[in-house]
Amino acid sequence: MNKDSTVIDLEKVVIKFAGDSGDGMQLTGSQFTETSALLGNDLATFPDFPAEIRAPLGTVAGVSGFQVHIGNTEINTPGDVADVLVAMNPAALKANKNWIKKGGTIIINSDSFAKKDLDKAGYENNPLEDGSFSGFNIVEAPIANLTQETLKDSGLDGKSIRRAKNMFALGMVYWMFNRPMERTKKFLQNKFESKPLVVESNIKVLHAGYNFANTIEALPSSYTVTKADIEKGTYRNIMGNQATAWGFIAAAEKANKQLFLGSYPITPASDILHELAKHKNLGIKTFQAEDEIAAICSALGASFAGDLAITTTSGPGLALKGEALGLAMITELPLVVIDVQRGGPSTGLPTKTEQSDLFQAMYGRNGESPVIVLAASTPSNCFDWAFEASRLALEHNTPVVLLSDGYLGNGAGPWKIRSVKDMPDITPFVAKEGEEWQSYARDTKKLARKHALPGTKGLEHRVGGLEKEDITGNISYEPENHEKMCFLRAKKVERVADFISKQKIYGDESGDLLVIGWGGTYGSLYTSVKELREEGKKVSLAHFNYINPLPKNTAEIFKNFKNIVVCELNNGQFVDLLKSKHDTFQFKQFNHIQGLPFKTTDLKEHFNTLIS
Amino acid sequence: MSELEIKKLSNKDFVSDQEIKWCPGCGDYAILRAMQKALPQLETNKEDYVFIAGIGCSSRFPYYMNTYGFHTIHGRAPAIATGVKLANPKLKVWQITGDGDALAIGGNHFIHALRRNIDINIILFNNEIYGLTKGQFSPTSATGIKTKSNPHGTTDNPFIPAKLALGAGSTFIARVPDTNPKAMQKIFLDAEAHKGTSLIEVLQNCVIFNDKTHGNITGKDVKHDMQLWLEDGKAMIFGREMDKGIILNGLKLEIVTIGKNGITEDDILVHNAQEENITLHMMLATMHSPNFPVAMGVIRKVKTMTFDEGLISQLEHNIKTTKFKSSNDLFNSGDTWEV
Repeated sequence: MNKDSTVIDLEKVVIKFAGDSGDGMQLTGSQFTETSALLGNDLATFPDFPAEIRAPLGTVAGVSGFQVHIGNTEINTPGDVADVLVAMNPAALKANKNWIKKGGTIIINSDSFAKKDLDKAGYENNPLEDGSFSGFNIVEAPIANLTQETLKDSGLDGKSIRRAKNMFALGMVYWMFNRPMERTKKFLQNKFESKPLVVESNIKVLHAGYNFANTIEALPSSYTVTKADIEKGTYRNIMGNQATAWGFIAAAEKANKQLFLGSYPITPASDILHELAKHKNLGIKTFQAEDEIAAICSALGASFAGDLAITTTSGPGLALKGEALGLAMITELPLVVIDVQRGGPSTGLPTKTEQSDLFQAMYGRNGESPVIVLAASTPSNCFDWAFEASRLALEHNTPVVLLSDGYLGNGAGPWKIRSVKDMPDITPFVAKEGEEWQSYARDTKKLARKHALPGTKGLEHRVGGLEKEDITGNISYEPENHEKMCFLRAKKVERVADFISKQKIYGDESGDLLVIGWGGTYGSLYTSVKELREEGKKVSLAHFNYINPLPKNTAEIFKNFKNIVVCELNNGQFVDLLKSKHDTFQFKQFNHIQGLPFKTTDLKEHFNTLIS
Repeated sequence: MSELEIKKLSNKDFVSDQEIKWCPGCGDYAILRAMQKALPQLETNKEDYVFIAGIGCSSRFPYYMNTYGFHTIHGRAPAIATGVKLANPKLKVWQITGDGDALAIGGNHFIHALRRNIDINIILFNNEIYGLTKGQFSPTSATGIKTKSNPHGTTDNPFIPAKLALGAGSTFIARVPDTNPKAMQKIFLDAEAHKGTSLIEVLQNCVIFNDKTHGNITGKDVKHDMQLWLEDGKAMIFGREMDKGIILNGLKLEIVTIGKNGITEDDILVHNAQEENITLHMMLATMHSPNFPVAMGVIRKVKTMTFDEGLISQLEHNIKTTKFKSSNDLFNSGDTWEV
């Protein structure tokens, strides 16, 4: 029976692909995302995978998931719960049982529900038969067998056939949401360019899945999500780490500098290194160092010699970089350190998201060692904050820590492509040959010292980690000079507040509750505040990207609200910072430390208790 | 700056205005002066030199050179030097380090710099002791030495820096005592001419905490018999009377006397610093007193691609063959859509 005629328009929908880490769920999810992006949907994604590359097959520990939220309206979160779950095995079903909407559709690979599969997932009884999922629309599809059947005469080996089953699932979901398959076919052709048999087989399976979904009567109807109504322009889908990398590429171009990345691989930051390493054609230098320390030190050397120098890492790596970051601070050289935060402490939860490195970024060095701290807040605005971090570092000659996180770095969304030509120039604060110059003389407004690049005739000088005399830059152990220099370096960072935009507020400028957030929680905080406002509640949101220094109008904003609640994925770090800077206000706090983004339902429920 | 504009520099041009704070009689002075005398012999502008150091007595060196300098943090100078060289390959980068800085806290960066063969020069001041922290044993201290941090004598085995460097893939290794500034100057020039990481170990005396530690090699009365000066293409002959030589007997080196037991100059090993195989260089690097003289001069000098050359040629190739001329081209590449 052909059901093409029944296509239902949806405003938005959340789909989750889940299976073993070897089942190709990340690829399946990103294919669905790319295809939806090209149809003009707004979207947000949330890849959620284990730290182990291949945990034991079929176990809950090994489940890898990819959640995508698409809509014809503004989408700011990957969604609290899925409307449609694709579960390739019982473990994937078990891991997601609390993350699927009541009454939602679950597509099951029924070939993987034998006793041994259930045992591995820790199910005593088959959950499809014992009523655990009554009230859900269960679609049982023999995905493995049908894939096998489709390719039995293809000449492909057994392992490759088994690996193609994710395309069957993708085909089914493509039919269900009325998506074209061309983008994925093109992707397969490029990816397996040298293996035409693999391309042909995967495309065959994709079609088989599509046709199967069309034919069976289990799926109620096919849905579609039309183009989102967003700002006009040319768009592309972008991942957070990619956007970060591209922000630096744009910054180097606007600063007329070469970009140098010193890096050591670490989850979830490595994709920034991978992305920049691809672009030697734009003159970008990437250096995979022997460790985290060498990574930041090579960047600092490159900065001293005149490049726009950056280093990428995650929490444990930032701990190792602390001493060199202090050296960058005292030598007053431009440097951007990107920390794509993950669950801590120590090795913690490498593939999960968290906001618990804020203290480390602020204070994680010996001595009085202030640095600029910024935080990106959506996958696509990682681009803007990488650019801004570069601008502040180069124009103020100081290190900047840019905080991203696992959710932002791995998440994706549509990005309105920037025209680099129209972006502001960055003017590095550098001394020229023949100029009257002393190494520690300062600009009166910024309090920054000018750096002289090696190779500049007549400006030979020495910098280093020993305390320097004001103006001359000679080594100095003078008590008064040391205190003066500590104050100057602190003031220099505070003065950055004169050169940044004011804090914005979403909603009214006064009301019952001001929600405060920073960094990667923007999407869920914005969505919950928006929904409460639509219910008529007097709630506003101030979401911070400038962490140190804070924007100058911060206190102005706070004083017009009856209640203030600071929401963070940590045990209360930003709230402590705010308390120390603005101790006249009463801050409440709302914290989760589960390695997951906030759910908007949890936020709304909590905010309602604060205003009732 | 064009070559025509290069004015002849003198050693005074390389003397900074900073007061030198090493202890009187320290071996470091000889190294500093040798450097200040060597550099004017090269046709490089002063502003194109960068001296980079870690932490320790040796690492104050950049403050005393009137060039660009960066006094960094303990052990990390190779990584910072690497960044400087990659950012601006025209610069002549010298790294100053000590036995603690290079071989203890900075051991990892040291071996990786040698492995990559980036075009920098490393001078390792080896006084076999920690000076700046006042006299603890170092990774090159002789086993059994008694210091404040091990009053009962060390049970550590020391590193031989040249042996470690050979293992790490070093392409240029030289050794020189601080008592021979003339030879030092020449080695500095050789190192600068070598493309790749050049390691120069200076046997340096710490008058305060480890005085005369190299005395059994550098002492006036013993130096002729205890130092073998290697020269590429020349026979390995040494001794006050220049009558002793090194031969290879089976898999071991042996000292022979020319004119005795029918030995002539033709039987003596001829040094080949450019030999890729490290076996003989390893034997030479590890010769030690009292049974053998210590090898001095350039032990190894082999040509192979440097890390910086490799990176630059990849950059040039990619820039030349790409269709991306600016970031705009990249941002608009691949799948996009209009709203």
